[in-house]
Amino acid sequence: MLDDFMTRATLAGIGVAIAAAPLGCFVVWRRMAYFGDATAHAAILGVALSLAFEMSIFLGAMVVALIMAVTVTLLSGRGYAMDTILGVLAHASLAFGLVAVSFLSGIRIDLMAYLFGDILAVSRMDLAVIWGGATLVVALIAWRWSSLLAATLNEELAYSGGLNPRSEQLVLTLSLAITVAVAIKVVGVLLIAAMLIIPAAAARGLARTPETMAFAAAAFGAFSAVAGLRGAYVFDTPAGPSIVCVAAMCFAIFGVFGWRKRSAG
Amino acid sequence: MTLISVENLTIRYGANTVLRGVDLTVEASEIVTVVGPNGSGKTSLLKAIIGAIRPAAGKITRDHGLRIGYVPQRLHIDPTLPITVERFMRLLDRVDRSACAAALETAGVPDLLKRQMSELSGGQFQRVLLARALIGNPDILLLDEATQGLDQQGSASFYLQIEAVRRESGCAVLMISHELHVVMSASDRVICLNGHVCCEGSPAVVASAPEYRALFGTGTGGALALYRHEHDHDHNQDYASNAGNTEAAE
Repeated sequence: MLDDFMTRATLAGIGVAIAAAPLGCFVVWRRMAYFGDATAHAAILGVALSLAFEMSIFLGAMVVALIMAVTVTLLSGRGYAMDTILGVLAHASLAFGLVAVSFLSGIRIDLMAYLFGDILAVSRMDLAVIWGGATLVVALIAWRWSSLLAATLNEELAYSGGLNPRSEQLVLTLSLAITVAVAIKVVGVLLIAAMLIIPAAAARGLARTPETMAFAAAAFGAFSAVAGLRGAYVFDTPAGPSIVCVAAMCFAIFGVFGWRKRSAG
Repeated sequence: MTLISVENLTIRYGANTVLRGVDLTVEASEIVTVVGPNGSGKTSLLKAIIGAIRPAAGKITRDHGLRIGYVPQRLHIDPTLPITVERFMRLLDRVDRSACAAALETAGVPDLLKRQMSELSGGQFQRVLLARALIGNPDILLLDEATQGLDQQGSASFYLQIEAVRRESGCAVLMISHELHVVMSASDRVICLNGHVCCEGSPAVVASAPEYRALFGTGTGGALALYRHEHDHDHNQDYASNAGNTEAAE
């Protein structure tokens, strides 16, 4: 079954969608959309370093994404606004990454494959990494779900219940780094944030509890992966962007319309 | 029985000392109210007690296994986060639906279980926060200006509810309030804070203390004094001049 590249691509897309859904909900609730972007952009520097030192791209991207996330956390609260810090780090790391890639003259790299993903070239090994990473992320978030939710709603409330919001923040940061690393192959660094945010935003209009929003986001994400790949096959369009286009259409239909109906009623 | 004891607590934000040398104890079943002007360190004190701020010096001891019910000053729920009252009630405690309903009843807002938090009025919202704090059968309730945004009638009935809860469950209450007229009638003990403990004691004792009058004025029993008090707090000039800078910390 896994011999067919379309099957492998579909499974890879669904895997990323499932990991991105609950994480994406937290990214939306905590207004960390730009944080996701910054982590993803940092990953291109990770890709360049991985190629230079001939190590796993997954590992390199994850390590740089983590360093990025920790740096942001350390720099915040030093006078600069969060979006300024993220703006500086996101674009600086993307620029350094692109420059670093240009030094790797010995190796021919298809940069487009990392910027926009190359889901049709997913190997069995990639599939194992993607599903391994996705399982890890879902398990982490499911384990910490209630605490994460409490810390997201109100830090003091979380403290009063004996939780430590800072360690919950670390769980999110770690999950984000893993998700970014496994999603590079599928949608590329420029569109990872889209897989986090758009399905979650589309699910908002339909949900009445945090849990239903996460499940609905996973459903929208998986549907986008399947339908986007199908569309890419039929219309001969790039796969990663096609997936994001379907997600955006879901948002247009369910997110905007669903929420408007709610607030009117 | 002493539930919480604070010894020689000092809190700093950078170079700014918000609290210095604060001693405080809360005994079982008593209502203690902390009053003080903006920037006097009231909220910082409460945050230190729940463990959200690390003190620069001093010691905070909580009774072993102490269950705290915390009602924050403000709780902003992002509009993108859908959550029903019932789900919110279960945020920190694993409880069933009947326990949620009972806590809402106690807080004076029955029949809200299925509503979205975003649909509630200000008064309903504060009472749901109170219900959530009550659901774990706390030994002590911590309230940080829990009636902010409520009108006078709303806050008066809110404090009556608190007294009723104390009567029925016997839990202690440590609260911050701006509403001195309410405080004076509902508290067993009042602590007047302005970077340090200016004075403390029964409401009657505190109301006649010179330190309290210096902060809140005289004559109206404090009810109106709040709106015209000045920082003419001369027995410790440091804190008075700091008070303006520490507003952000509050």
